[in-house]
Amino acid sequence: MTAVSTPAPARHDLAEVGRNAATLRSFLHGLPGVDEVGARQRAATLGTRSIKTTAKAWAIDLAVRMVDLTTLEGADTPGKVRALCAKARRPDPTDPGCPPVAAVCVYPSMVPTAAEALTGSGVHLASVATAFPSGQAPLEVKLADTRAAVAAGADEIDMVINRGAFLAGRYEQVYAEIVAVKQACGDAHLKVILETGELATYDNVRRASWLAMLAGGDFIKTSTGKVPVAATLPVTLIMLEAVRDFHAATGRRIGVKPAGGIRTTKDAIKYLVLVNETAGDEWLTPDLFRFGASTLLNDLLMQRSKLHTGVYSGPDYVTLD
Amino acid sequence: MFDYAPAPESRSVVTIRDSYGLFIDGEFVDPTDGGARKTVNPATEEVLAEVAEAGPGDVDRAVAAARAAYQRVWGPMPGRDRAKYLFRIARALAERSRELAVLESLDNGKPIRESRDVDLPLASAHFFYYAGWADKLPYAGFGPDPRPLGVAGQVIPWNFPLLMLAWKIAPALAAGNTVVLKPAETTPLTALLFAEICQQADLPPGVVNIVTGAGATGQAVVGHPDVDKVAFTGSTDVGRQIARAVAGSRKKLTLELGGKAANIVFDDAPIDQAVEGIVNGIFFNQGHVCCAGSRLLVQESIAEPLLESLKRRMARLRVGDPLDKNTDVGAINSAAQLDRIRTLAAAGTDEGAQAWSPPCDLPEQGFWFAPTLFTGVSQAHRIAREEIFGPVLSVLTFRTPDEAIAKANNTPYGLSAGIWSEKGSRILWAADRLRAGVVWANTFNKFDPTSPFGGYQESGYGREGGRHGLEAYLDV
Repeated sequence: MTAVSTPAPARHDLAEVGRNAATLRSFLHGLPGVDEVGARQRAATLGTRSIKTTAKAWAIDLAVRMVDLTTLEGADTPGKVRALCAKARRPDPTDPGCPPVAAVCVYPSMVPTAAEALTGSGVHLASVATAFPSGQAPLEVKLADTRAAVAAGADEIDMVINRGAFLAGRYEQVYAEIVAVKQACGDAHLKVILETGELATYDNVRRASWLAMLAGGDFIKTSTGKVPVAATLPVTLIMLEAVRDFHAATGRRIGVKPAGGIRTTKDAIKYLVLVNETAGDEWLTPDLFRFGASTLLNDLLMQRSKLHTGVYSGPDYVTLD
Repeated sequence: MFDYAPAPESRSVVTIRDSYGLFIDGEFVDPTDGGARKTVNPATEEVLAEVAEAGPGDVDRAVAAARAAYQRVWGPMPGRDRAKYLFRIARALAERSRELAVLESLDNGKPIRESRDVDLPLASAHFFYYAGWADKLPYAGFGPDPRPLGVAGQVIPWNFPLLMLAWKIAPALAAGNTVVLKPAETTPLTALLFAEICQQADLPPGVVNIVTGAGATGQAVVGHPDVDKVAFTGSTDVGRQIARAVAGSRKKLTLELGGKAANIVFDDAPIDQAVEGIVNGIFFNQGHVCCAGSRLLVQESIAEPLLESLKRRMARLRVGDPLDKNTDVGAINSAAQLDRIRTLAAAGTDEGAQAWSPPCDLPEQGFWFAPTLFTGVSQAHRIAREEIFGPVLSVLTFRTPDEAIAKANNTPYGLSAGIWSEKGSRILWAADRLRAGVVWANTFNKFDPTSPFGGYQESGYGREGGRHGLEAYLDV
């Protein structure tokens, strides 16, 4: 397949895009625009898909396996993190058939505790790094932050981009930082948080998505969850279009992670429909799509048990961690 | 694989009677000199009901009832009181929208997603909108005391049965006219349920009369000497016959006829949304849309990647059971229409254009046509000139903006057009030059009761919707 909905250069040229500020800028500004009304309408239409019975059961189990169970509070303690890890390994203690979640996501200081609690579980350990959530620290600090998290056992790093530099038009600086962090990650997977709520326009979301992918990110992620506007369906739609087009241009599949504000099973299923009908079913795997969420898991478990037993058990029957 | 399990809307929300009479003077009556015909579900060919066929004597009764109601009740009634009835009808349409949507999908074949999210909300909105005008006619710009015309004879098509009924009846009643409406012979059921809503709303008898039947019934309505106003939506051929029939009479006429709209995609378009707009332009309602974007004019420099995107998107269209909430493209409305689509598609291939359809399993029963795209189409091909009224898109290319406009306007029709560009000045430049009643920019097939709709040239004359829509029903 050839490059589809973008004027992306042929495969061998994309490596040249990041060569200097001018090439990067002209590439990002050469991407087709996004019509905001149209994008919202498409996301809303897909939101009306009706997912029932067997399809719903399948989607709920997949959504559980895609959850990055997250705690990012100043008040996090080793006890809290251990409890979360126990939940991640066995989300529903009453049902051994319930799959574990994809990953646990914590601050770097909590990585050693989580690493110990997750040993042998197959659950990934993600850590936010690079002066999360603002990204406003010197590059050296960000890199040290990243190396420390990896050294302590994180196999996934959720970095934030430098939104200040992006909005000022210094794309090469954002690009260089991502490249450097990717290097500091070593074998760990890199998720690049765009903080789309601060980028404000869908054109910016598309540009930032391409920037992160060109610089070597393995995942692009919507939000930190620390600003008022977190993940939305239209923003995720734009990002899914970007990974689809990037794959068409390079053959490489990049993951997408909406994070923040996804609380219900109904919402999660809307996202899965969006993935299915935008990027395609190759993306319907925890390797390429994740939910950054904390409260979503319990609603998924309640709906899951409702489908199995036919009755709602109520919030007292799922664990609060 | 994410296989969506069937999610059918329940049929039990609507009761379909075995047979229906004519709605004349507030009551369902048997035809005196006509017969009956069956209406089928085009998705299964199952017979839904038997519907009366009105003959000239029945039309006579209906027109007489409308005349009496006009003279005694509806004409003299103050606008604010007419508004109350219209508001009541609007509310009833909204309240019974699920029932009406299911019935519309059963009788017409359109997906429930569209009847539920487009047809019904718009039909109700149309009544709400014109209800608001009923007591404000002196402020509509047609003089201090604009008068109604009298009895309106209205003939509507099968593609949006209830919505077209709303477009016709709401402004007529708001302006103080009474109506005799003939729904299409393949889709009479929602009009008959609407008749029940008129009863439920306590609308005075004779204000709305519904006579079912085929072409002969329509001719009787249009040609009736006591009809003051004729409104028709349908094919250009029938429109011509009607224009001939009313020529030289006092009857006022509005026609909303066919189209062959150009959807123009410039190289600076928002590509992903343009692809959505192309799909919505031609596959919405199986392409049974007079303003469908059936000619895609794409700038040659982006034609190849755009078509790749379009094909990938078309492969996602879900064709099948109209009552399934996840269906995007439903059934073709009738065997006759399916024949016409097949004939024109075959002509496309014969004349050298290349057809492409995504792989899709069509049901064995019923009338179905896979979404189809033709490339290598030239202006001379039949599929670039004739209205197909089906899910068939003809793709043409252009090199410069001038060429795009020239090709877009090179049609005897002129109902609608679409422009896709991120450049505001280009949109305004193109909109100025397109000979079309409606020009959409970075969207397509968007309707609103406040916005006038209608055509140029052989797409007809007169406007429906908005303040302009009142003019057709006022003596101005």
